[in-house]
Amino acid sequence: MMCEQTQGILNFCRVHSIYEYILPDWLSSITYLITAITFGLIVINMIIMATALYTWFERRTLARFQSRLGPNRWGPFGLLQPIADVIKAITKEDTVPESADKIVFNLAPVLLLTTTLLVIIVIPLGPNSFMGSLNVGVIFIIGITSINTIAIFMGGWASRNKYAMFGAMRSVAMLITYEIPMGISIVGILLLSHSMALSEIVMSQKIPFFIVQPLGFFVFFAASMAEISRTPFDQIEAESELGAGFHTEYSGIKFAIITLAEFMAPIVSGIIITTLYLGGFKGPSFLPAEFWFLVKVFIVIFGMLWIRATWPRLRIDQIMGFAWKILFGLGLFNLFSIAIEIIILQDSITGIISTVDYWLMAGINWGFAIVLFFVITQMTGNKNKEYIKRSYEVNTIK
Amino acid sequence: MYGLGLLKGLLVTMKNLVFPSRMFTTHQYPDRKISPLGLSKLENKNIISFFVSNPSKFIRSLLGLISVDDKFPQSPRFRGQEFTWYEQRCTGCASCAKYCPLGIIKIVTSPSGESIPEGQKYSIDVFDIDIGRCMFCGLCVEACPYDALHMGSGFEEATYQRENLVIDIDRLKSAPKKPSTWFRPQLEEVGYDPKSGDEITWEQIGRHQRPSVSEQEDNWVNR
Repeated sequence: MMCEQTQGILNFCRVHSIYEYILPDWLSSITYLITAITFGLIVINMIIMATALYTWFERRTLARFQSRLGPNRWGPFGLLQPIADVIKAITKEDTVPESADKIVFNLAPVLLLTTTLLVIIVIPLGPNSFMGSLNVGVIFIIGITSINTIAIFMGGWASRNKYAMFGAMRSVAMLITYEIPMGISIVGILLLSHSMALSEIVMSQKIPFFIVQPLGFFVFFAASMAEISRTPFDQIEAESELGAGFHTEYSGIKFAIITLAEFMAPIVSGIIITTLYLGGFKGPSFLPAEFWFLVKVFIVIFGMLWIRATWPRLRIDQIMGFAWKILFGLGLFNLFSIAIEIIILQDSITGIISTVDYWLMAGINWGFAIVLFFVITQMTGNKNKEYIKRSYEVNTIK
Repeated sequence: MYGLGLLKGLLVTMKNLVFPSRMFTTHQYPDRKISPLGLSKLENKNIISFFVSNPSKFIRSLLGLISVDDKFPQSPRFRGQEFTWYEQRCTGCASCAKYCPLGIIKIVTSPSGESIPEGQKYSIDVFDIDIGRCMFCGLCVEACPYDALHMGSGFEEATYQRENLVIDIDRLKSAPKKPSTWFRPQLEEVGYDPKSGDEITWEQIGRHQRPSVSEQEDNWVNR
């Protein structure tokens, strides 16, 4: 057949050849389908189990960041807490508001979970793993993550609850806004890798792209944290203002599904960042490639958790201002500087940039990044100081 | 320079993560999971000899399956929930019921068969204390003229029904006689502790001994 892949643990062709050997002849026409379903089951279960573990990890680590204990009763170190949570969620009553749009209301959690799971398909978890070589991988990711917005808005709209509606409106405004800097920062990668397939992007990273374009990495990291609405940007479900945001009216198993999608989002986001900027599955060869991939994903997730444990929430106008005034500008600057450097440095015939030139680009871009960080913090800080001073003068009774 | 505050905050939380023991504000109650190191210290052993002597316990504590009691020390003067009642001292005068600011003590008495002519003692039919509404002020203990009623020292009496919070006469009779030293601080001088000590009788718990004549003169005449 057409199968030529030979390496990697999650190898489609290897599993397919096993099925061809085992299954009877009359099933031979659908062995590809069976293999695909097998891989789908493996990936979905893997990610859901990882999410269950991650809920425990996040609660426990967050507690330690904040001098608390976290779940510690059920099982060693509270490790069985996710099971208890699931049992509790399933046995709760599943309520639907009387005036809700029932079809849309029930569809929203499923859509939310599906889109989060679909992203995993195009990620190369190791060399030659399933659909990593899809030639529109990056566009697929951007398109699928945008459906997330629709799912959240469906949930908020169908609940017939004003707080859910507020959360949904904020989410739409925020997520659409942050798509733009995200897309611009990805273009910087495409310029360097000459391909949209994620496996090609990984293979083209002679040194990880976050060293070559720190500004792009910063923009993408911030934008993806906003996309999954983690804490500096969690206006969608601002607990102190909106109850629970768009899922105020959800209960029981639907709430569990929404929470699953929510906790799955950092993992998926960490996987995307690892693939695009941290060199994916590349690493020293004494350990398998999948191991290096998991280590990098863990580092990204831990960074997000650290930020969540520390920084407070921004106001919705601050979030929008941050996207349009700072991230958008930085993304454009990064794109232009990368483009100009490529024109100057690349080989005029083959279009290949050598490793030394990559390091040169990295030096230039880090210089830009540090200068820009200084300028922007000074500008916004001074402006904020004036604003506070003025509001103090206005509000003081003379 | 602006923006450094963000990094400082990150450092603070990282310190919490790496050295959690220096600033844990929450406490594991009523017991805490113990590590092999802590357990070996508890048993006065080197950790290696502890592993050799009892490997199964070592592994179970490594998995977080062993917990030890961990409660803060409690003052013997703590005013707790189970009341201590000396039945033979109680005359059924209902002073406690009269002095209770909330009116939650209910006493029903009847003339007892033996001592009706003397009129000394009633038999007590009902003695209910509704600790669901009690505020543990201790005025009933102060009011008792015969030292029959005392506060207890417990606080873990949560129940699922409000009715179960009413202490009736049978529970008062069967409760361990371990009064709080709140109204009898002289008990602390002899080293009595309601949490760990033995039960004591009403003779031991009586009021201060009557001062001698010379003491009274020192206090009131010659001062």
